[in-house]
Amino acid sequence: MDLHALTIHDAHELLKNKKISAKELVSSVIDRIETVDPVVDAYITITKEIALAQAEIADKTISSGKMKKLTGIPIAIKDLICTKGVPTTCASKILENFTPPYDATVMEKLNAAGAVMVGKVNMDEFAMGSSTENSGIKITKNPWEQSRVPGGSSGGSAAAVAADMCLGALGSDTGGSIRQPASHCGVVGVKPTYGRVSRFGLVAFASSLDQIGPLTKDVRDAAILLNAISGYDAKDSTSVDTDTPDYHALLSDDVKGLKIGIPKEYHTTKGVSADVLSAVQNAMAVFKNAGAKLVDISLPHAQYAIAAYYLIAPAEASSNLARYDGVKYGLRDSGPGGLIDMYKNTRSIGFGPEVQRRILLGTYALSAGYYDAYYKKASQIRTLIKRDFMRAFDACDLILAPVAPTPAFKIGENIDDPLNMYLTDIFTLSANLAGIPGLSVPCGFSESGLPIGLQLMGTYFDEQRILNAAYFFEQATDFHHKKPRLKIL
Amino acid sequence: MKISKQEVLHVAGLARLNIDEAMIDMFAGQLGDILEYVETLDRLDTTDIPPTFHAVDISNAFREDRIKQHLDKNEAVKNAPEEEDGHFIVPKVIE
Repeated sequence: MDLHALTIHDAHELLKNKKISAKELVSSVIDRIETVDPVVDAYITITKEIALAQAEIADKTISSGKMKKLTGIPIAIKDLICTKGVPTTCASKILENFTPPYDATVMEKLNAAGAVMVGKVNMDEFAMGSSTENSGIKITKNPWEQSRVPGGSSGGSAAAVAADMCLGALGSDTGGSIRQPASHCGVVGVKPTYGRVSRFGLVAFASSLDQIGPLTKDVRDAAILLNAISGYDAKDSTSVDTDTPDYHALLSDDVKGLKIGIPKEYHTTKGVSADVLSAVQNAMAVFKNAGAKLVDISLPHAQYAIAAYYLIAPAEASSNLARYDGVKYGLRDSGPGGLIDMYKNTRSIGFGPEVQRRILLGTYALSAGYYDAYYKKASQIRTLIKRDFMRAFDACDLILAPVAPTPAFKIGENIDDPLNMYLTDIFTLSANLAGIPGLSVPCGFSESGLPIGLQLMGTYFDEQRILNAAYFFEQATDFHHKKPRLKIL
Repeated sequence: MKISKQEVLHVAGLARLNIDEAMIDMFAGQLGDILEYVETLDRLDTTDIPPTFHAVDISNAFREDRIKQHLDKNEAVKNAPEEEDGHFIVPKVIE
């Protein structure tokens, strides 16, 4: 049996019934990483020794009968979540030597749940990108076709899950960075409601948009992992003090009478491939045949989401990234000159081109004389986008849409044209601007065999409903059972 | 929209970035393209629309001011490129 290919819930049952040990499971995943990652390049740091030590503890916990849902389960962590004693690079040269002295709240929660960390995975530098090509460390390949991107920015997380190099992973989503790579790699990815999961210890990109979430092999696993990381945290002043339902226990595949909103604007969006359109239309039919009602809705301001997002996110980023100054942590240029020269040289050497571009854009949008025209204007549009969703949710229970306009594109295809790269985020940005939850679940394959994801968005703190609908869809289809055939050297 | 070299250099200065001569034109062109795209927002009249800075309604998060265990000072500065006795060392500030 290939233990690394297991889902979290199947592995849990085998561990519970003592059919396998945590050590065997973790060793299988480590072997898999060592065999496959030279081809996929998902991992920045492999934490083999920590993983084996945690597996040993997990086995003791299991024999003492105190097992939890994630005891002994190998998980990969996006490299912008602080892990005590383990480098956290944000895939940036400026943080290449940064080792956090504390754990992010989600790490404390995973540790308390018994999870095993197998490593830190690649991403676009500071999560800025849609392809993981902006990593300052390495280029991750899509396990389904290695000439293509895994999506981004959580490309390492999605590729590691798809290639069975972990049983589940954590990513972060600021404008689609969990859902889009999940779609491109054929796995499940959930962006929770803003405030559902603590951001303490998540290296900030755009603080009003960032949210941590799970990437997994199926919906049940996503529910389990989301349960483990959710909840109020006094250390994150934007975390919301509300009860977290037991998503896993409450999973239901009954969609009869469920009102699914279909935004009419998304049908007329330009540049959506025929493969994506037909996969999404098939998904609509699957829901309809099971008794769900498809309701036409309108999100009239959806077309402005990209423009608003690419002012707000860079503005917040330019402010957040001011902290990388060569003083407190990370890289310092030790050339001649005073303090200001040191700041400038350090930042220019340490940040890659996309990060510099966004800092420039954000600084411009916030600078004197431009604030009202750009940042304030975009924030007003954000209100309109939010109102669109509120109105839509009066008429439907959840919204169905594509995740990305095309399947995974080729490495290098969009890298010289940043605006073109930004335009690929059309279907995912709105959920971040509004703060609502969204997920991606596999819904088909392109003619050339690349995975395509279906996006379901729900109203605030209604993750359960989109998980249930995705769970139904997964039961009704078999897309999630297909695995990439890796050409291992 | 056109962004001049001078504007790129001005913004780079505010953001504490040095931009190579070779990169200035590239950034000027790309930022111009992006800002031109962003101008689509001007089609909407937003006169009476309040801005949203946070998507989820939250009020100030207050807590009791109590002494708790925090990161040790030496641990906290451990990642600094240069430090001494729990202090950060920086290049000369005053000429």
